[in-house]
Amino acid sequence: MASDDARKNFLTDGTGLGSWVFSTDHKRIGLMYLALILLMFTAGMTLGFLMRLKLMTPGNTLLSPQTYNAVFTLHGVIMIFLVVIPSIPASFGNIMLPLQIGANDVSFPRLNNFSWWLYVIGAATALVSIFTGSGAPDTGWTFYVPFSSRTTTNVSIAVIAVFILGFSNILTGLNFITTIHRLRAPGLTWRKLPLFVWSLYATAWIQVLATPVLGITALLIFAERVLNMGLFDPTRGGDPLMYQHLFWIYSHPAVYIMILPAMGIVSDIIPVFARKKIFGYGMIAASSLAIAFAGSLVWAHHMFTSGMSDTAVLVFSLLTFIVAVPSAIKVFNWLSTLYKGSIAMEPPLLFTLGFIFMFSIGGLTGLVQGAAGADIHVHDTYFIVGHFHYVIFGGTGLGLFAAMHFWFPKVFGRMYSRGKAYLAFWLLLVGMNVLYFPMLILGLMGMPRRYYDYLPEYASWNMVSTFGSWFVVAGILLMFWNLYQGVRHGEPVGRNPWGAASLEWETASPPPTHNFPTEPVVTHGPYDFTPGTAHD
Amino acid sequence: MTEMPKDYAAAKMGMWLFLFTEVLLFGGLFLLYAAYRHRYPVDFHNAHLSLDLVLGAANTVVLITSSLTVALAISALQRGRMRHCYLFLGGTVGLALLFLVNKYFEWSAKLHHGIYPGSEHLAHLPKAENLFFGLYFSMTGLHGVHVLVGAVVLSWVMFLIRRGRVTQAEYVTLENAGLYWHLVDLVWIYLFPLFYLIS
Amino acid sequence: MAHDSDAHVPHPLSYRLLVGIWAALMVLTALTVAVAQVDLGFLNIVAALGVASVKASLVVFVFMHLKYENRTLKAMVALAFVILAIFIGFTFWDVGLR
Ligand SMILES: [Cu+2]
Repeated sequence: MASDDARKNFLTDGTGLGSWVFSTDHKRIGLMYLALILLMFTAGMTLGFLMRLKLMTPGNTLLSPQTYNAVFTLHGVIMIFLVVIPSIPASFGNIMLPLQIGANDVSFPRLNNFSWWLYVIGAATALVSIFTGSGAPDTGWTFYVPFSSRTTTNVSIAVIAVFILGFSNILTGLNFITTIHRLRAPGLTWRKLPLFVWSLYATAWIQVLATPVLGITALLIFAERVLNMGLFDPTRGGDPLMYQHLFWIYSHPAVYIMILPAMGIVSDIIPVFARKKIFGYGMIAASSLAIAFAGSLVWAHHMFTSGMSDTAVLVFSLLTFIVAVPSAIKVFNWLSTLYKGSIAMEPPLLFTLGFIFMFSIGGLTGLVQGAAGADIHVHDTYFIVGHFHYVIFGGTGLGLFAAMHFWFPKVFGRMYSRGKAYLAFWLLLVGMNVLYFPMLILGLMGMPRRYYDYLPEYASWNMVSTFGSWFVVAGILLMFWNLYQGVRHGEPVGRNPWGAASLEWETASPPPTHNFPTEPVVTHGPYDFTPGTAHD
Repeated sequence: MTEMPKDYAAAKMGMWLFLFTEVLLFGGLFLLYAAYRHRYPVDFHNAHLSLDLVLGAANTVVLITSSLTVALAISALQRGRMRHCYLFLGGTVGLALLFLVNKYFEWSAKLHHGIYPGSEHLAHLPKAENLFFGLYFSMTGLHGVHVLVGAVVLSWVMFLIRRGRVTQAEYVTLENAGLYWHLVDLVWIYLFPLFYLIS
Repeated sequence: MAHDSDAHVPHPLSYRLLVGIWAALMVLTALTVAVAQVDLGFLNIVAALGVASVKASLVVFVFMHLKYENRTLKAMVALAFVILAIFIGFTFWDVGLR
């Protein structure tokens, strides 16, 4: 199938649905992931928009309580398992990892295609759980027992979907670890790897080592419901807290599956637009590994008010503060890279700065909950909701959008409208803060999460928050439209419009099917900007 | 579609990484076992008395021997002793089936005595005995599924060898199937004392 | 594009070694069954898991060939087991002290 025709690139090499869905080309697989992830994101965003609309005023309006329960569960399940966890590794990880290390593809291309199919099957199973049985799941995305083992809604199918999606994720991680070890171009030593690759490497280890625990936890919920096993049932000797341990053993490290790749993108984008070598390369790479490791030691900080032992509260609180250190190291290094750089405020950099701003708020509010005493006040309030939306949407979300604006010309060989990109960014940034900052305040005032109604004294901040959601939706729609226009009619660009120095910019835009005409030999680092590499 | 030349080290690394996921999949259950046994040592001891030590020990011997035969099969293939290789692989699959037959008798005896998840009989026993049997069925059940998958995989590799797709020079597929099979043995090495030998 | 420096050389294990390991595993199995018949209190679980871990090491290092693999793979295996130990061990901050 491979063509020698020089005009053919990976987008035009082979047409028809089959040449995409059965493709083993990492770039096609990554692009298909991106398309599905954005589709799912749009679905999740619509549900979130509905919830905000419901919460605009107190009282029983728009959604019934049971529908509201289903909507927040679906919003969580879709956003976590179908959007945020796969987001950057599955899309840009797949597209860029082999390009950045000068390889033809990942180590196991057919396995890569298989994990995409697992994602599709998992997503389809999740859909089935919504529309069959006696009602969509209403447990929240955390599936806490004993409610999840007793509710009559369709939780059994939903946890099977989670199991399948987990395996899709594991296989991606397995592929990346092997690829990074085995397929680096000659001369590309570990110390010359782009920081995005380092972050994918750290992420992949979490995917491989933590996700199986989610898999078995999902199967155990299934066993509780279908086989009546009773392992978490207190009336038969079981301990629901053991479920929470198992769940968070995966789900806390999963937070780093979400954020580490975004941090990698930030580390790759900032030097390009500051025209300066990254400050503290070794520290950033090492802090990715440190975060991945330390992140597996802190899961029980989600359980401070659950009734677990006081010693555990103390230990896990202490460890949680330690994890904050490597994250802070990264922020300092990014800012030091910007310092005295010759900054070009292009859209990717703007999104990146948005990431740093939002992530800092998200990270610092996280420490409020990491402190066991303060957590008792804010636990299960809107403070938590505000915090993780700052981290996940403001962090991972903006990181993904930054990547989309950064690598867009590489993937499509065209450019989007910069003016519209700026406008979309500001709508998003302002919208997010108007949407989520009131949640932090509401949480401190005591408004609990996951309730479909609230007391009158919370009304004004809820109104403000709902206004914010409209700006966010407007910003997202504008961004999508702008990028879509760019794909169709954007101005063609050369292979390296940003003047970046890493390997993916050395091949054509869009890249040919086999990435590099001849195997690249690496002689300089990914952040060594020489005059020759800029703007050809 | 262009096939890339087979990268031996990558294939092996990938397999080990997959085994890690298996270890941690079982790991969640071992965690539950540790927590519950720590809390209810007496009930666990009483519940374990109804398991058949002889059957458990026999299955241990069967699995360890099957681990030997699969290791021998790899060694034979690498030396080009094809007849040995088939013999050892066939033996491994046979032992896997023997294990499953034993397991079948063991489980049906339990079911016969009214011991199965959610059963009436279990509801009348002390609460923590339900936990013991819940873990027993989950862990040996999941392990049994792995034995079955392993037997299928090994049979498939035998077929590939016959077809000349796995050879003396290209033996990594058999090695990886063997790694998977050893993992099944490894899990059982821990399951045996944890369920059959509680003093 | 694999690094040719670590090109693979097959390393078949002798039948004699493999059968020897099998015999050791059998002896250890008998040992663990025997020890379990004596009441040693807390030491029983230590002995059971200790013997199981010796058996597991024999399987991992010889049958699974890990002894002859490169350092990278050994480190990876160690990491996986360390993480498993952390998951189970740290849970006991709660379970053991509640
Ligand atoms: Cu956490």
